[in-house]
Amino acid sequence: MGGAFVAKLIAQRIALGVLLLLAVSVLIFAGTQILPGDVAQSILGQAATPQALENLRRELGLNDPAYLRYFRWLGGILQGDLGTALSNNRDIASALGGRLMNTLFLAFCAAVVSVPLAIILGLLAVRYRNGIVDKAISGFALASTSLPEFFIGYLLILVFAVKLQWLPASSTVYDSMSFLDRLRAVVLPATALTLVVLAHMMRMTRAAVLNVMQSAYIETAELKGLSAFDIIRRHAFPNAIAPVINVVMLNLAFLIVGVVVVEVIFVYPGMGQYLVDHVSKRDVPVVQAVGLIFAAVYITLNMIADIAAILANPRLRHPK
Amino acid sequence: MSVARIPFGALIGLILTALFLIAAIFAPWLAPFGQSEIVGDVWAPMSGAHWLGTDNIGRDLLSRIIFGARTTIFIAVAATALSFTLGAVLGFTAAVVGGWFDMIMSRLVDLLMSIPTLIFGLVVLSVLPSTMLTLILVMGILDSTRVYRLSRAVAADINVMDFVEAARLRGEGTGWVIFREILPNALSPLVSELGLRFIYAVLFLSALSFLGLGVQPPEADWGGMVKENKDGIVFGIGAALIPAAMIAALAISVNLVADWVLNRTTDLKGGRGNG
Repeated sequence: MGGAFVAKLIAQRIALGVLLLLAVSVLIFAGTQILPGDVAQSILGQAATPQALENLRRELGLNDPAYLRYFRWLGGILQGDLGTALSNNRDIASALGGRLMNTLFLAFCAAVVSVPLAIILGLLAVRYRNGIVDKAISGFALASTSLPEFFIGYLLILVFAVKLQWLPASSTVYDSMSFLDRLRAVVLPATALTLVVLAHMMRMTRAAVLNVMQSAYIETAELKGLSAFDIIRRHAFPNAIAPVINVVMLNLAFLIVGVVVVEVIFVYPGMGQYLVDHVSKRDVPVVQAVGLIFAAVYITLNMIADIAAILANPRLRHPK
Repeated sequence: MSVARIPFGALIGLILTALFLIAAIFAPWLAPFGQSEIVGDVWAPMSGAHWLGTDNIGRDLLSRIIFGARTTIFIAVAATALSFTLGAVLGFTAAVVGGWFDMIMSRLVDLLMSIPTLIFGLVVLSVLPSTMLTLILVMGILDSTRVYRLSRAVAADINVMDFVEAARLRGEGTGWVIFREILPNALSPLVSELGLRFIYAVLFLSALSFLGLGVQPPEADWGGMVKENKDGIVFGIGAALIPAAMIAALAISVNLVADWVLNRTTDLKGGRGNG
């Protein structure tokens, strides 16, 4: 009975995620179509004749009502057809494939380093709370939430690529590259991303574990003479896993967004750079497609965070 | 209260914030050169004439930093003001009126918040021109969702208090309840949020300008200056790091002040204090 209830909760959460994604697709479409601004005009420029504008509008199907264009767009996406880019007439889906992989690889590398590091530092801050370690970690967190990504990024380039010449300054990757070379190329961007999300994740871990530390059973464990590390390891951490998983997922979602700026700094051929390039070219179909993919990844990670919270919390398995 | 009682961190924050504000307000009188005046070699090192050196086309970096403070802080302040007015008024109204208005507004805010702000900003800026007005509107509206959530939650707590009930029974309208009963009592959590939202606006604007989609050249703006000077990095020229460090310094100092204000206001209310 409990299992069925949990399954129902999860099904509801997934349905909500799908609904949200649909609503987001409407919003992205509306945001680029209903706002003032004419795609035909922006392709042809201010000097275009009315006749040329009219022809292009007909060709792009811009004269159809907005809802028709929306369903045509959505239908295409559901079949894997993201449309063609206005700026170079290339198929968006094929241009995106490799870039999506590059972005996920970068985000994955950053996550592999930042997640364990944040959890360990967060636990250390709890163990030595209000002590020097805790203060140092809080100070570091304050600094790193205030530092823009490009400050961290260019500082890393200046020190490790230009002065010390340990690593390449721009992270070009191509298909024939070996895995090790690829890894070498993403060291600096992944470090920058790690520094961007680390502080936030660490503070949230600290808060989640501290919250558990105030429970009565922790006091019992203290009174029966367990050492501080044993208390955290055996009593506090297992109970803090649910909130910590939540924290990690939320920060992975944050990482996916942080990727945009970091990719531009390191000239890394991923989705973020692709998006930024085409925003300045006012290439609306590309922006819509990439925007939707980013939103989908973000919503999915948030959904997984919620589902993990449901699974990790036994109280939810027994409805009142 | 005496200056000596302000904690050290907050004092530094206050001084730096004040310096940045002075630079922003009096930029034309303080800057030694004009913001688009070419006065020397490309990326000249720091010297007596050019304290911070020159930028990628030979403009005085210090002057551009000072003018950039003006643009960056002005847009961030305007966007924060918009997001607070919009978010607080809608949030309070939703909490007080309730019903379908609350329902529609809250779902709309949920929807807007389910897309990362930077991504949605980029999508919108792909069709709108990057003028100062559009930037302020886009940043203000996207950020007002956070203020809406906070002010709705705070107002919902206050709305059930006896004095609000009393005001309703004496026949005051919704407008009075929102502005005369709820607003004064909700001010302290909102003010501490103000600092954080301002920092967020500065960072968001800088990110947009860095990506080339924010403030357009030749107007000086910190994020845009990083973009202009970034090519120097590979030659070991740190000019791009100076505006980036300014953004960080502004964000940290406002953060320190906001922390202090938050602690003080909670102390005054006999609240949690530093705990």
